[in-house]
Amino acid sequence: MNDLNTAVNNGVNVEALLGARAALTEAPAAAAFKWLASCEWINGTHSRSTVQQFFGLGEDQNHRSEFTFDTDHPQIFASEDNGATPVELVLVGLAGCLSAGVAAVAQRRGIQLNSVRANLEAGMDIQGILGIDSDVRNGFDGIKVHFEIDADATADDIRALVAQSQKRSAVFDIVTNPTNVSVTVSENH
Amino acid sequence: MHTQCVIIGAGHSGLAMSQCLKECSVDHVVLERGEVANSWKQERWDSLRLLTPNWQTRLPGFAYSGKDPHGYMTMPELTRFLQQYADHISAPLQLNTNVTAVNATADGYEVVSDRGIWYCDSLVMASGNCNIANIPRVAESAPQSIHMLTPSQYRNPDQLEHAGVLVIGASATGLQLAEEIHRSGRPVTLCVGEHVRLPRTYRGRDIQWWMDKLGLLDERFDEIDDINRGRNLPSPQLIGTPARRNLDLNRLVVQGVDLRGRLAGFNDGKAQFSGSLVNTCELADLKMSRLLTRIDEYARENNLEAQLPVARRYPATRVDAAAPLLMDLQKNNIKTILWATGYRPDHSWLNLPVFDHKGRIRHHGGVVDYPGMYLLGAPLLRRRKSSFIHGAEDDARDLSRHLASYLGSQKNCVDANVAA
Repeated sequence: MNDLNTAVNNGVNVEALLGARAALTEAPAAAAFKWLASCEWINGTHSRSTVQQFFGLGEDQNHRSEFTFDTDHPQIFASEDNGATPVELVLVGLAGCLSAGVAAVAQRRGIQLNSVRANLEAGMDIQGILGIDSDVRNGFDGIKVHFEIDADATADDIRALVAQSQKRSAVFDIVTNPTNVSVTVSENH
Repeated sequence: MHTQCVIIGAGHSGLAMSQCLKECSVDHVVLERGEVANSWKQERWDSLRLLTPNWQTRLPGFAYSGKDPHGYMTMPELTRFLQQYADHISAPLQLNTNVTAVNATADGYEVVSDRGIWYCDSLVMASGNCNIANIPRVAESAPQSIHMLTPSQYRNPDQLEHAGVLVIGASATGLQLAEEIHRSGRPVTLCVGEHVRLPRTYRGRDIQWWMDKLGLLDERFDEIDDINRGRNLPSPQLIGTPARRNLDLNRLVVQGVDLRGRLAGFNDGKAQFSGSLVNTCELADLKMSRLLTRIDEYARENNLEAQLPVARRYPATRVDAAAPLLMDLQKNNIKTILWATGYRPDHSWLNLPVFDHKGRIRHHGGVVDYPGMYLLGAPLLRRRKSSFIHGAEDDARDLSRHLASYLGSQKNCVDANVAA
């Protein structure tokens, strides 16, 4: 079986990823990454977050350019709707992570992708965030992801792609497992 | 005392190595902290049987010869089998000899034990792969009132308080113990992370028979794509019973065991479970399905179809996609947590720079990254079968030749296969 099928091109440089994997196995310290984001409140429920710098391979790194994300709430929440809600951005993160994973795993397995579409749906009872019922959690009561994938592979091979993508997904891990979050505030003089 | 080689451990691996070194006329001694097959005898639960059938249970120059080739040995049966083997090969045993330190000398090794010191030119570590039961760090935050134990301490359900039990881990150990404990009237909740699903039999043959036929058991460590992953796989969900029955998550659910995702932590007296349960089961189902497809292809290509029952696949794992993510241990009357979260070897007595950053011995197919030192019995050491009893033979034969060559005496090796 040819794992690095060169006839297949999903736009993923698997050789580079495997090279990085081998290098980082030898030098685990370089695998310690830090992801950074900053957020500026604008007005009301509208904020603007920025990402550009991150840390990895032992030094500061930069995206090619700064990316900004506006978050707000829709008008039915009496907001101005200047951007996606933060919870929608969580779905965006999950979708982006799983889709990238599908492409990478497909490349590795020599499967040509023709199209990949993911539809995500997350239920939420807003009695939680409104403080109406303390038994209702603030967050999603579940997330459903549905993939439509056209690829040169059997149905089981495609299911295996999606399953493997979840197994290796950072955002899937973040949303399915608890994470310690510490929030601090600067002293104000 | 001086000898050419010290073998540490008189289990199946150490004994197989002793026989192979004898074939190479390498002077050696087998040091054993207890008796022959000590771990099998002392550190396993009462109901355990081998996961491999008797016909497969063999060692260099010795094989099962009883009346039940398709059965699975109990631990007393296995202990007897290994004792018979030790007698059969007249292994140079030093029993009840606990090795406390191994140091390098100018031209070999110093093996310190509570029964004296041995000096040797070469060293074989066959002291087992399951000496210490792993307990993940998350255990530290479990409520103080919960009784915790590992499979090394577990013998039978009577040890446990008559209340709910949380079993962590879905390997052969986790499933076997979850079923046994639940049947004893102690309701079990089972935390399921990544696992390997295998049927006991497929198309009337033991799964080990098929894996042997497919050549999977002989796959070599240097031919496998991701050796690190292969070496860290949990043991497949199998049980050896006279009925040759399957053991899978569906079977446990039917009996009333509650499945939850991988244990993620404890907070405020509640256990937290991962939301990845559906996917971990999907991965295992797909992987099993790929294996069964390979078996069907093999049967077709080798004209076995006529003599085999028709292919009948096993149902997909039925998972509750909305399985609760939190469990209040007190409210659910959980009094015990059983950590079936794997084992690791104990090489704490080895004072040599042979460990990687995770504390594992650096080796290439059992040839340790230190002159004249060898490792046996680890998963996928040289082949997929390395962790099975019958896997010891080929590994010990290869490594004994390497060792004899290191000592400059390979010309003395009598190849048992050729000589016979």
